[in-house]
Amino acid sequence: MATSVLDKAPAAHATAPTGIWSWITTVDHKRIGILYGATAFLFFLIGGLEALFMRIQLMKPDNDFVSPEMFNALFTMHGTTMIFLGVMPLSAMFFNYFIPLQIGARDVAFPRLNAFSYWVFLLGGLFINFSWLLNAAPNAGWFGYANLTSNQYSPGLNTDFWVLGLQILGVASMAAAINFFVTIVNLRAPGMRMLRMPMFTWMSFITQILLLLAFPVITIALVFLMMDRHFGTHFFLPEGGGDPVLWQHLFWIFGHPEVYILILPAFGIVSEVLPVFSRKPLFGYTAMVFSGAFIAFLGFGVWSHHMFATGMGPFADSFFALSTMLIAVPTGVKIFNWIGTLWGGSLQMKTPLYFAVGMVAMFIIGGLSGVMHSSPPADLQQTDSYFVVAHFHYVLFGGSIFGLTAGAYYWFPKMFGRMLNETIGKWHFWLMFIGFNVTFFPMHFLGLNGMPRRVYTYPEGLNFEFWNQVQTWGSILLGVSMLVFIYNMWKAARGPANAPADPWRGATLEWLIPSPPQEFNFGTVPPVGSSTPAWDLRRANGGPLQEPAPESGEGIHMPRPSYWPVVTAFGVLGVIGSILFTHAFPQWYLITITGAAILIYGIYRWAFEPAF
Amino acid sequence: MDSHSEVHAEHAHPTPGLYLKIALVLFVLTALEVLAFEAGRGGLGAGLRPIFEPITVVLLIVLSAAKFALVAMFYMHLKQDPRLLANLFVFPLIIAASIIAGLIILFQYWRVVGAK
Amino acid sequence: MSDAAHALEHPTATGIDSKKVAIWTLIGSECLLFASLISTYLVYKGKSLVGPLPHAESQCMLHGKMQACEPIFEIPLVTFGTAVLLFSSFFIVLALYGAQKGNRKMLVGWLSMTVLCGLFFIGMQVYEFNHFYHKGLGYSTNLFGSTFYTLTGFHGSHVTVGVIWLSTLLYRAVKGKIPPAKSINLEIAALYWHFVDVVWIVIFPVVYLMR
Repeated sequence: MATSVLDKAPAAHATAPTGIWSWITTVDHKRIGILYGATAFLFFLIGGLEALFMRIQLMKPDNDFVSPEMFNALFTMHGTTMIFLGVMPLSAMFFNYFIPLQIGARDVAFPRLNAFSYWVFLLGGLFINFSWLLNAAPNAGWFGYANLTSNQYSPGLNTDFWVLGLQILGVASMAAAINFFVTIVNLRAPGMRMLRMPMFTWMSFITQILLLLAFPVITIALVFLMMDRHFGTHFFLPEGGGDPVLWQHLFWIFGHPEVYILILPAFGIVSEVLPVFSRKPLFGYTAMVFSGAFIAFLGFGVWSHHMFATGMGPFADSFFALSTMLIAVPTGVKIFNWIGTLWGGSLQMKTPLYFAVGMVAMFIIGGLSGVMHSSPPADLQQTDSYFVVAHFHYVLFGGSIFGLTAGAYYWFPKMFGRMLNETIGKWHFWLMFIGFNVTFFPMHFLGLNGMPRRVYTYPEGLNFEFWNQVQTWGSILLGVSMLVFIYNMWKAARGPANAPADPWRGATLEWLIPSPPQEFNFGTVPPVGSSTPAWDLRRANGGPLQEPAPESGEGIHMPRPSYWPVVTAFGVLGVIGSILFTHAFPQWYLITITGAAILIYGIYRWAFEPAF
Repeated sequence: MDSHSEVHAEHAHPTPGLYLKIALVLFVLTALEVLAFEAGRGGLGAGLRPIFEPITVVLLIVLSAAKFALVAMFYMHLKQDPRLLANLFVFPLIIAASIIAGLIILFQYWRVVGAK
Repeated sequence: MSDAAHALEHPTATGIDSKKVAIWTLIGSECLLFASLISTYLVYKGKSLVGPLPHAESQCMLHGKMQACEPIFEIPLVTFGTAVLLFSSFFIVLALYGAQKGNRKMLVGWLSMTVLCGLFFIGMQVYEFNHFYHKGLGYSTNLFGSTFYTLTGFHGSHVTVGVIWLSTLLYRAVKGKIPPAKSINLEIAALYWHFVDVVWIVIFPVVYLMR
């Protein structure tokens, strides 16, 4: 420990290996980021297809495109997929790829743990979706309210796939959250104080804290539910004295921070894109940091606003209404600062800016309807109606997905060394923007007119036909916009490697190194004296910086690839997944023991193999 | 390379003598906890019960909080180690305690006003 | 993750070993895990429809009729287990002190004591669970049983993981593979062990002593 590893490092792994085995054993945060992105995008498309099926079903009254049972599975899997397999891992793609680059690090703090997170996530996602093949897809809603999830009302394996799948995904999220938290705390380049970190890194940092504190709660709630379903307890079953409302509390103690887990990374991306394309520093950097932290902190004190309809009494209603309204303040600060950043800027009308501005505008709409829900009397009118569906799609699609897409256009050149086509990108934006609003804005009207959510159909003559039809056409437009996006990426993949190191005149460290970055990221870590180190260098240089030359990487010692993370991930799958079989055969615990043996063996081999 | 961190993390840690004193205090506090419990249920004579029964919970919270703090500060070295580590523990503890308190209040209230 | 922490050749930005930050992060996160379990235990306190119950109640439902229920807890036994776990925290700080000073005898001796204490605590819990089960308290008998076994079971499984971890380190210490420069590996295990101890410091009064 006393001497630097650098001194005695042989020049191993000078060139990045290729081939499928190199991807399975990789511990490179950039490759893991790409794996996260590709996997999450596939799940995102599956979730989108599920939504399209629902829209086709609802296109006309008394439709029978899908059965009521199938509709339940579709909305449950759509929500579960989009949240846990779509938006969260798409954010994780950016965490993986860009947190180390933005703080000037060579990798994350625990590279093998990072690979482990990805493999557990992949196995968990496949596990949940495997239920489709058995015709047992989860069907009790993404919130799994008790007692819809009891053995009595959900006798099949459907809810088990959901419970155990989320448990597996939780392992992945926890491992990743610890890793990124430590990375940001400990691997910042010299000079990069906390209040000089790029805003995306800051919001990611806060997201990790939320993950760390929110996921244990759902873990326990899912354990209780699993015990109720498999081991005869009555945690949420009234016939044994249990209280179904406790599930709602535990779920939303997790669930409300979870919505900030979904939105804060997008906030961070937009806070990167707006200054770069306005050619102005972010307006109110410190206020942005603290408003993000304040949102996260308050996020733990508002959970019961999802439960006004359970009748908690005036004291609890008032408390949670007020704390919820308070969150509008830091959120308003953020929106004000984004507009302040754009104001008077020299706007570069590129695709990332379109998506970022689209995000701000759509999020304002979703935020306003959110403030409406914070008032219990109003909420009681809106709850369980399409008004709520409109609200959370404006924040999750209009907020998170628009923000993530801005990030995709902004960082694609850095990740793949290729520019996405600007013209196609703008087509993508306008199709998505129009399709999104046509799909989701009418839901406000339908909700206020009384259309309940989660119904598989509606009778004629309730005045629901027109807007439902409009929405379905909007959702098809949204689907087309995704095809345009895929076409754009496909075209770029076939095109020349035309991306310079810094296509946008970026402000942060990742733009100082070649696109795509070399395996070791930085040959020498650049000096950091502010939150915009690349602009500082540019200013000192009196103009554009030279294209960085590839470096030899001689003497830079990178972590060794390892397959123990994959093995250990299978152990996790075995231990948790084995509960699926408790009712099917009495020797189910043999699977648990096998899984545990693989898990322990994997951990030991992992712990005692040299990291370098 | 780690000389910097060692100055921070290792040199200021307490000595076995202090560790022993803490252990003895922890032992005494545990004994007091059990005594408070016994006094509160009348195990130490019926005369003590009316005095201790209403305050047993408060006594137990105070005593266990003291034990908790001693272990965290001295055995887990939070008193000497960088503040960051203490924050990593205290902030989640505040959230955890608030959630426990919040749920108890919500369910007490639910029982009085909500049901029946 | 033995050597992963110094993935990069720079000293860390905070001067603290990454593994140490990681274990503290995990501990912070685990606070919420146990908070959920403890809240559920407390919210469901007194809501069991049938006996047996933890403390003396005048009457409770047992075997289908109201009758006098005998309290199920054995306070002296669990107090002894609590003391053992507390002292194991003391032993492991001495082991760490020995490791940091390069005193292998001290390291191996106190670490063995810690592992023994951990094993004793697990033994106590196994005895206690078995005893309660024979007194009629199954895992799904009533809400008290479910919440009690889940809470203390989660704690017990943490103790078990700790014993396995510390035994591994003990094996390495005997082989002379924990020199002072690597004492960080024991330090993070010790932090985890202390955390398991402070969780019990909360569980003991909340579950066993508050009636």
